[in-house]
Amino acid sequence: MSEPKEPNAPIDAAKSVTEGRRPETVHSDSGRKPEMVVPKGRIMPREDRLAPPAWEGGRSVAPNADGFSTIGKRNRKVEGLAKVTGRAVYADDITLPRMLHAKLLRSIHAHARIVSIDASAALAMPGVHAVITGKDLPVYFGIIPWTEDEQALCETKARYVGDAIAAVAADSELIAEEALRCIRVQYEVLPAVIDIDSALEHPEWQVNEKAETGNISKQVRLEFGAVDAALANSDEVVEGHYWYEGSTHAPIEPHCCVAEFDATGFLTVHSSTQVAHYLHRDLAKVLGLPTQRVRVIQPTVGGAFGGKSEPFSLEFCAAKLAMITGRPVKILYTREEVFYAHRGRHPMRLHYRTGISKDGMLTGTDAKVQIDGGAYSSFGLVTTYYSGQLLGAPYVLPTYRFDSTRVFTNKPCCGPKRGHGSVQPRFAFECQIDKLAERIGMDPIAVRRKNLIGESTRTVNGMRVTSNGFPQCLDAVEKASGWKDKFRRLPYGCGIGVAGSMYISGTNYCIYPNEMPQSAVQLKLDRSGRATVFSGCSDIGQGVDSVLAYIVCEELGLTLRDVRVVAADTDLTPVDLGSYSSRETFMVGNACLDAARHLREKIAATLAERWQCGKGEVVLANGVACCTSEPREKAMTVREAFQLAEAKHGTLGSVGWYQSPKLGGDYRGGTIGASPAYSFTAHVAEVECDPETGQVRVCDIWVAHDCGRALNPVTVEGQMEGSAYMGFAEAILETMEYKAAAPGHAFGLHHGPSLLDYRLPTSLDTPRLHSIIIESVDPEGPYGAKEAGEGPLHPSVPAIANAIHDALGIRCDALPFSPPSVLGMLRIGDARAAWEAARAGFHKTGAR
Amino acid sequence: MLTLPVFEWVRPQSLDEALAFFTQAPAESLWIAGGTDAVPNLKHRLHEPKRVISLAGVRELHYVREDDAGMHLGALLTLRELSEHARVRAEYPALAKAASLVASPQIRNMGTLGGNLCLDTRCTYYNQSYFWREALGFCLKKDGTKCHVVPQGKRCVAAHSSDVAPVLIALGAEVEIATPPAQAGGAASLRRIAVDTFFVGDGVHNNVLLPGELVTRLIIPAASRGLSAGYQKLRPRGAIDFPMLSVAAAGRTQAGAFTQLRIVVSALGAKPRVLGQLDALAVGKAADEAQFSAIAAAAYKQCHPLINVPYDHEWRHEMVPVFVKRVLRDAFPKG
Repeated sequence: MSEPKEPNAPIDAAKSVTEGRRPETVHSDSGRKPEMVVPKGRIMPREDRLAPPAWEGGRSVAPNADGFSTIGKRNRKVEGLAKVTGRAVYADDITLPRMLHAKLLRSIHAHARIVSIDASAALAMPGVHAVITGKDLPVYFGIIPWTEDEQALCETKARYVGDAIAAVAADSELIAEEALRCIRVQYEVLPAVIDIDSALEHPEWQVNEKAETGNISKQVRLEFGAVDAALANSDEVVEGHYWYEGSTHAPIEPHCCVAEFDATGFLTVHSSTQVAHYLHRDLAKVLGLPTQRVRVIQPTVGGAFGGKSEPFSLEFCAAKLAMITGRPVKILYTREEVFYAHRGRHPMRLHYRTGISKDGMLTGTDAKVQIDGGAYSSFGLVTTYYSGQLLGAPYVLPTYRFDSTRVFTNKPCCGPKRGHGSVQPRFAFECQIDKLAERIGMDPIAVRRKNLIGESTRTVNGMRVTSNGFPQCLDAVEKASGWKDKFRRLPYGCGIGVAGSMYISGTNYCIYPNEMPQSAVQLKLDRSGRATVFSGCSDIGQGVDSVLAYIVCEELGLTLRDVRVVAADTDLTPVDLGSYSSRETFMVGNACLDAARHLREKIAATLAERWQCGKGEVVLANGVACCTSEPREKAMTVREAFQLAEAKHGTLGSVGWYQSPKLGGDYRGGTIGASPAYSFTAHVAEVECDPETGQVRVCDIWVAHDCGRALNPVTVEGQMEGSAYMGFAEAILETMEYKAAAPGHAFGLHHGPSLLDYRLPTSLDTPRLHSIIIESVDPEGPYGAKEAGEGPLHPSVPAIANAIHDALGIRCDALPFSPPSVLGMLRIGDARAAWEAARAGFHKTGAR
Repeated sequence: MLTLPVFEWVRPQSLDEALAFFTQAPAESLWIAGGTDAVPNLKHRLHEPKRVISLAGVRELHYVREDDAGMHLGALLTLRELSEHARVRAEYPALAKAASLVASPQIRNMGTLGGNLCLDTRCTYYNQSYFWREALGFCLKKDGTKCHVVPQGKRCVAAHSSDVAPVLIALGAEVEIATPPAQAGGAASLRRIAVDTFFVGDGVHNNVLLPGELVTRLIIPAASRGLSAGYQKLRPRGAIDFPMLSVAAAGRTQAGAFTQLRIVVSALGAKPRVLGQLDALAVGKAADEAQFSAIAAAAYKQCHPLINVPYDHEWRHEMVPVFVKRVLRDAFPKG
């Protein structure tokens, strides 16, 4: 696919950071591939882009001299009570007068040309109000501007079983459903490809005609340093073939939206989305409306995990049907339709060669990756880069190369799922390290310690790293798990494994090129003593609304009940790009800190003048304002302080925004993976395996995560546990299987698009999760905070794989580690001998 | 959310009233007890009744009684009640265990003993939405003519998936069936058969019930008192899942040797399989590991899992002897 305007970020050699332990040029010019040359016509980033204000003492310190009053405390989430008492309003709770219900007709073929659609019988049914097809919504859209390859309803052909081709609005869901069965679609069935190999073998069976050639969605080849020489000079090189199975997000709340189009031609869409701003833009584009005549409101969202981070058919169809009928229209996906909307974890086949020296220094990696993208691009361009851009982190990897190809297949489209694109390479690389450690007879934690990238450094592919708590994470999980007494010492069937990771706190650029802020907050203070925060940020359960409230309380001395958060309503709130790439706490948190700090400065100045004291002596905390030198005499309520400030300065309001610094490597794609701050995680997993059945029980996972500063430890722990759980689920249970062709039926059917057949672990299956927060206090994060929502997922899978090796002597290189696959491996060769050899080798070297 | 089709809902208060409701429209009525299986099946359009007859109000089928004939279990006992009942747990712990392993607490609160016994057979090509089955081309159990499991097969092989049935068969239980009166105003008739003979090998309708007939009671005869029994269920998760394989065993030993043994394996095909040759293999032989292994090897030969149940069928085949041994160790812990 052509990418004329793909963002690129030439960057000077780091000035403010020191080079890594083993400095390397980013890549040699001789080895530079055309792909890596910065194209002409680059429109971003600019050198003079916005920079957030600098606060005295930095942004990681508490505003009050005596420390934090709200930040770091185990507070409630602001929406918690509404959720647990059933009062929170989700999209499906919205019912408007005269509202219709719509359903989508979906393709029963994996690949078929749509010859004709006859909806006359459906339209004639009582209670049916409108039917639309691809011809009614012909405009292509896509979350990445250079790969717009989707239509709300397929116009000429369907590309997977479940692809949407028509929509019916009726008085009830049941009538709409019955009407769907009356629509006559004439298909011309086309040959289909449902896996990577068949997609590559049959370029003539093109899934997506927007692809430049055959079924290639995106190819990335990047090389940093002299990889081949480094591997040739390594004492040991391990070669591994890995398979990362696809999985889906399975949020509890299915996608749902309600659209209304009023008499003035104004469209309002309430949708369960995590990217209200991008949805706003695409609705206007596809429906041909001016953006200022469209409003997107995100109600409470019941989980997303990346599965709601782009527009979907339902939003365009509900809007179009509302415009046609003049009545509000609701579409609620069934669970089965959520599986067809998908955008989940990409299946990846990874081939790695990794080298190490005898003393445990990693030398390089050669990675070849094939990615199964499904029928459309989604975020696939970015995914393809992510399949290699964080490969070595959090270790010094002096040289590496990755060659990644994403292909189109006739299946629901893959996209971003928690840990977008980097969970799969993490699995492969952390297993490689485990194998290399075994080869050189070294403790796998010791090998990791040998190769730490450290703080204030730059990776070989140009990523700037600031704070780094990874060494402490390793120490913490080693100690808490009792690693030294367990590794290579547990009885046969029991084992322990370790893995690490590093993840972004937001990406440095917007998905569409522009120089405007990525996050923003407007803050209003009221003389009643109340604050209202307006922000376009998207709370999908992770707690960003609460983060805004905590920051406002901290800065302005309010208690939580005195702050209201108004979020994700494009009419009321300033733009925030949405909840993806673990960006919200860092970016909108910073925006909020700035907005609140501006007002705090005004209030503090007002009080300092009144009390004749220094501004630094003014404290605002827990509803009270006072002067630290004479707290009894010079004190008032925060409300009174607001009133004094309002009288002096006029109506109290402020704005804050966040724009990241210019970051990334000097090559095409060098901005992908570039983040203003990185989180770090280490896991130790302990397993008990049943050699008779192959069943693996993950008993414990110790998770140490460096989130910079925990703004609320409870919600950080929640993210850590949820992430570890999700990784564990992918490791042990989840599969996105499609029925193969068989006599009597076509292929491409999802094997079981329901929560019965798509097996998520229940609470009974879930390991004991032990969360250990590490606080490295990042210089650029709000109060030093970094992300916690996605990073802690990454090490789960390799830590479990490595633990199974310790338990049984087998290498689980393909997900999921299901009983049949584990038992199968135990039968190949002499697994028991491999298990004994691993411990003998380890103990012989004296557990270095 | 999946929609429910439109149907008439009636809620009789007695067995006679229930049978009468069915007799009015026998071809178009569906019994529903807890609804934990029937409701999803209605949403999938696997059942398309005009009338659904709820048995929730028929209190007379809700009891545990004991007398000289044995233990009597009303068909409308919930699975939770069955699993927690003190007398059931004391006399037939394997049955309580089987009931406790069905699905999840919420489903056991609703699901009934009779409902679990009459559970519709399951198949990955059948328990799907209408859309999915349409994309498949339907199957011979519903709306179609082809079997996707056994492509040339003329008989449905959807899997028997009840947890309680294998234990009831192993225990030699009987089932009481009510037949509606031949004409209105007449009296319902009751008959009893062994649970063993209740099931038939046709996945479309895998039991002997005729339209309008209803399971009213399970009887574990006095002769079964003191049987050593066990139940083992293979499933991917610690809850929710239907069995991928289930094994029940019941028997007696004297001086360490089997005097009686029955083993039932299910989730293989449309009906539970009672293992053959156990009289020769077990009776008179020591109840020890060596003999358990011999019995397990025989089970492996007799049982052939199909591809219509989740997870690799060859692996499930290998699990047959593993689970037979485990259930024997449970039932005869002294070996």
